Amino acid sequence: MRDFFRFSKTGFGLAAAGLLMMGFGIYRGEVSVVFEKAVNICMECIGIG
Amino acid sequence: MDKRNKIQIFWAFLTNSYLVGFARGKIYRGKLKNFCVPGLNCYSCPGALGSCPIGSMQAVIGSWNFKMAFYVAGFLMLFGALMGRFVCGYLCPFGLIQDLLYKIPFPKKIQTFAGDKLLRKLKYLIFAVFVVLLPMFLVDIMGQGAPYFCKLICPAGTLEGGFFLVLWNKSMRSALGWLYAWKNVLLLVIILLSILIYRPFCKYICPLGAVYSVFNPIAVFRYRVDKKACINCGVCADVCKMQINPVENANHPECIRCGDCKKSCPVKAIR
Repeated sequence: MRDFFRFSKTGFGLAAAGLLMMGFGIYRGEVSVVFEKAVNICMECIGIG
Repeated sequence: MDKRNKIQIFWAFLTNSYLVGFARGKIYRGKLKNFCVPGLNCYSCPGALGSCPIGSMQAVIGSWNFKMAFYVAGFLMLFGALMGRFVCGYLCPFGLIQDLLYKIPFPKKIQTFAGDKLLRKLKYLIFAVFVVLLPMFLVDIMGQGAPYFCKLICPAGTLEGGFFLVLWNKSMRSALGWLYAWKNVLLLVIILLSILIYRPFCKYICPLGAVYSVFNPIAVFRYRVDKKACINCGVCADVCKMQINPVENANHPECIRCGDCKKSCPVKAIR
């Protein structure tokens, strides 16, 4: 496995930044928009709406 | 069928295991849908347990009260920074479908063509216009933007979502119109092209691939070529179905980490 994974400061830094952004999005309440969209049939996705 | 295909099938099954949905023409409505899956997987697929990141991003950007999608952008950044386009190669159900279609024998498969490189930039434009700008600025009187990529382009929604839901719901069938026809034509074109060209949707259209491709060079999971061991035989470049030369750039934005180059290297210089 060590062969596959490189130590990448930028990679780990951006992953950490991604986690922080996710946390901020959750704090703002964005997840409820995602959930609301995902549990109802997306008419646009199918090609009806 | 190689090991990668088995992993792809396992992952596609795992994330689309609400089997009762396929039989009844319904979608899963549980709490797992709070979370995104890393690959392009329509949340209106009857089996889908998670949310599509591209659909979710458009939903948040297009909502009247948010516009900035930190949750989904952070999710894509997390997976991109850790894996890059490994997601495309292993964890995307629509990538799997194209992989399987490409296995269908055809006398003359198309490796590349004039304008191939330029056309690969199209996915970045599609991401910017259809996923971000249109849902953000082309809004209705309430300030809500539609998910324009899902609505006008995404063949994954047509295939994964549209087929079973329309099959089982009479009211949906009565509402079909030009948009449904357009999306099915697009799906059919992509299916036919996938037999001739390796992953045409991933190469030219997919906005999710566009996002992950940006992270490819710095991702934690990436390839390395041992230049001392490499004998410059060119086998790796020949076998690459994404038309990359790993010796020149082992972490090219187009690399989906399929591993064909690694397997083919006679001196095991790619790790």
